[in-house]
Amino acid sequence: MLALDAARSAGAQYADVRISRNRVQSISTRERRVQGLSDNETFGFGVRTLVGGAWGFAASSDLTRDEVARVARQSAAQAKANRAALVKPVVLAPAPVTKDGTWRSPVKTDPFDVPIEDKVALLLAANEAALKVQGSRFVNSAMFFLREEKTYANSEGTFTVQTIYRASPTMTVTAVSQDFSDFQSRQSTDIAPMGRGYDHVLDAKLVENAPRWAEEAVQKLSAKPVDVGRYDLVLDPTHLGLTIHESIAHPTELDRVYGYEANYAGTSFVSPPEEKLGKFRYGPEIMNIQGDRMQDGSLGAVGWDDEGVQPETFLIIKNGIVNDYQTTREQANWLDWWYKQQGKPTRSHGCSYAQSWADVQFQRMPNVSLLPSEKNLKWDDLIAATDRGIAIVGDGSFSIDQQRYNAQFGGQLFYEIKGGKITGMLKDVAYQMRTPEFWNAMDMIGGKDSYWLWGAFGDAKGQPTQANAVSHGCPPTRHRGINVINTGRKA
Amino acid sequence: MGREECEALAKRALSFATVDETRITINSGGRGNTRFAVNQISTGGDNYDATVAVRSAIGKRSAVVNTNKLDDASLKAAVQLAERLAKLSPEDPETMPELGPQTYVEGKGWSEATASLDPNARANAARAITEPSRAAGLVSTGYLETQAGAIAIANSKGLFAYNKQTALSLTTTVRTEDGTGSGWAGATSHDFGKLDPKDLGERAIDKAKRSVNPVAIEPGRYTTILEPTAVGNLIQFITNAMNARNADEGRSFFSKPGGGNKIGMKVVDERITISSDPLDPEVYANTFSNDGQPITKTEWIENGVVKNLPYDRYWAQKQGKTPMPTSGTVRMSGGTATLDELIASTDRGVLVTRFWYLRPVDPRTLLYTGLTRDGTFLIERGKITKAIKNFRFNDSPIFMLNNLDALGRPVRVSASEAGGPGLAIVVPPIKVRDFNFTSLSDAV
Repeated sequence: MLALDAARSAGAQYADVRISRNRVQSISTRERRVQGLSDNETFGFGVRTLVGGAWGFAASSDLTRDEVARVARQSAAQAKANRAALVKPVVLAPAPVTKDGTWRSPVKTDPFDVPIEDKVALLLAANEAALKVQGSRFVNSAMFFLREEKTYANSEGTFTVQTIYRASPTMTVTAVSQDFSDFQSRQSTDIAPMGRGYDHVLDAKLVENAPRWAEEAVQKLSAKPVDVGRYDLVLDPTHLGLTIHESIAHPTELDRVYGYEANYAGTSFVSPPEEKLGKFRYGPEIMNIQGDRMQDGSLGAVGWDDEGVQPETFLIIKNGIVNDYQTTREQANWLDWWYKQQGKPTRSHGCSYAQSWADVQFQRMPNVSLLPSEKNLKWDDLIAATDRGIAIVGDGSFSIDQQRYNAQFGGQLFYEIKGGKITGMLKDVAYQMRTPEFWNAMDMIGGKDSYWLWGAFGDAKGQPTQANAVSHGCPPTRHRGINVINTGRKA
Repeated sequence: MGREECEALAKRALSFATVDETRITINSGGRGNTRFAVNQISTGGDNYDATVAVRSAIGKRSAVVNTNKLDDASLKAAVQLAERLAKLSPEDPETMPELGPQTYVEGKGWSEATASLDPNARANAARAITEPSRAAGLVSTGYLETQAGAIAIANSKGLFAYNKQTALSLTTTVRTEDGTGSGWAGATSHDFGKLDPKDLGERAIDKAKRSVNPVAIEPGRYTTILEPTAVGNLIQFITNAMNARNADEGRSFFSKPGGGNKIGMKVVDERITISSDPLDPEVYANTFSNDGQPITKTEWIENGVVKNLPYDRYWAQKQGKTPMPTSGTVRMSGGTATLDELIASTDRGVLVTRFWYLRPVDPRTLLYTGLTRDGTFLIERGKITKAIKNFRFNDSPIFMLNNLDALGRPVRVSASEAGGPGLAIVVPPIKVRDFNFTSLSDAV
């Protein structure tokens, strides 16, 4: 409150303050040893002010009364400096006031209450299980936990307190050929990071899964190099989540669409909104893409975003057509005409986020998910329906252009499909795609029983780059006639 | 924080230690940034933070705790937590004892011009780009970041190291209003006085104008001229992959077929030397590593032959080698040609301004994929004749440096895709044969 008062006295029409305490614990191992064990805490606050339509932001780790007032004034002074080149003033869309909100991630066991010995023992047992597999040479495994206690207040009267958790257990097994001519790794991409507690680590069953990952790494050494060409692709949710992230979630960020990220993350082919909303066919009729910050255990789940807005669930793509974009309070007004046309209120979807107290909040993606089809198809049904194709499991190498047209994706495991059956393992596979063609080539979507939440910690955007954590839910899909290249070369 | 302040803080933290060995690492400093988009400042930020990392070791057990609360009670709690976690940690046979006192040369990378840059001065630098862009009917976006901070390491064996450093970068992308053209320019230095915002803006404006309505040419292998930024984008993957242990373990490009590593083997054209030196005036850097080892001038590749690979202290001891820390800088050798001369000597080729979304595809060959961006042109009979659509490539910087045709004069570049100060790197423009462009992109 002191910060908000000081900001108002310094001329701010609007101000908000975030105070956060982030505790992070990470444990990393390789083979039979612990490589790193760290426990980190950072505590501080950031004040954002709006003066004459321009933003200012300042932050400090010193929470004394004098410093809080100084930082609030510094934020307002910066906003005044930033007004110098102002062309279009910032106007915030209205948001309901939450006077006293509390929210907590759905955590059964707080990871910081679990003894270190138990965590170390679990990782080393998993490593041992992987090393028992003939041919597996190296194993890296790790656990990462975050607990963020975040208090938010703004000058309109909103006040919220949230406790957000994230947990990520990971493992990579590497096999090296006898003559040192090849090495192949298998990452545990079927275990996604989640907005859950230690219960997620236990559910991941690292010890039980480790031998399979090791066997798959060894198998990759003798897999058949892929023949280049066009194939029908059957994509597992452990792979598809990343493709959704890059080719749907990023291009529907509204700040990119309006050029705000042109210098780094890029712009978007889904622009201008006047020509895309309600008109542009992204994919087939069966394709529905939802934005939300609600799904149980998802990384994007919160009670309120970083400008005090309760997020809502919204359809970004409806029956294959572009229907909405991801927004903050500043951006919702840019689509006022569309919401009026649809008979909807103009409000933020709740997509404001900052990675820490030291960083300014801006538009970040919520969970962006492909909804399952009504037919309850499963992975095996998609394989059985495919005559000549490649099934891809797990995400691997990925790259996409700055407007999100041209992408190239690898994976963890590749299987040849012939006559509706998996006939063997392939390697050196990557597919190249143009986003609208790739999604319009989708002709099968799995049902709700095969829906799975993929997740990532490292969603990067902004300058300075801030890391966002999001989940992308999806069932398996099939895409017809996609261009596959062979990435193997001789050194 | 100054040297004395760091010494006092480290002494205070070490006074709470009760175990065999303790290391205190203090990172402190301020960061400021101004972003501009659509020809106006969009956001900015100023923050200050100081963190203390405590590494406690009991025999071969160790743990690290970080905190940014620096009062006595918080420091003591951090030391106690580190000691408690260390006790619970299993013995690590690879743990090395802390180093005793070392001798360091003093770092030189502090610039008062950078440290004192305030939001008004940053806004002025932004306006030196936004105003000419608006006047030209173009749309500018960009980012200015400054860092001014210090790192100090102290341990219970009496080692103390201190370095203060500034860094800044300014990058801009200027686009045409209809989105059919885009040009980029960027620079980085430790010294704001060495940056010319107006010149950067003019270069990006010029490229934006020249890049409109690009035409598609067939993907394939082309003679390619890479501007220094594009070279910097790729060369850092070579130095990043240099690690003696990974090579010896058979899981690196630097692994020797049959076992061992490639030290002594020729891997690229003999005109290539890649080195690092923390006292290089164009790329000043920290003069010690995270564990307190002094960093000195090192040749990593000399005349095309692998001369050194980084060895951590454990691996060096096990292999009977001298420890060799990694460095925060890279300098690649060059020639004397200007970019214009490289272009004039080319009958047909592609000119690349910079790359984007670079990701590893195959670590065995250092094969990477990525795309060209913000200024890609066709060269015909020694002249730039037209703007062309962006390409995706699949190629390795190692293959590229084996297909070397000519080298220009090395310059410091902003080689971080994210536009921050990034790795301090000096590289030349180069001309290479048969660069492997594999598909077209419609992105502008």
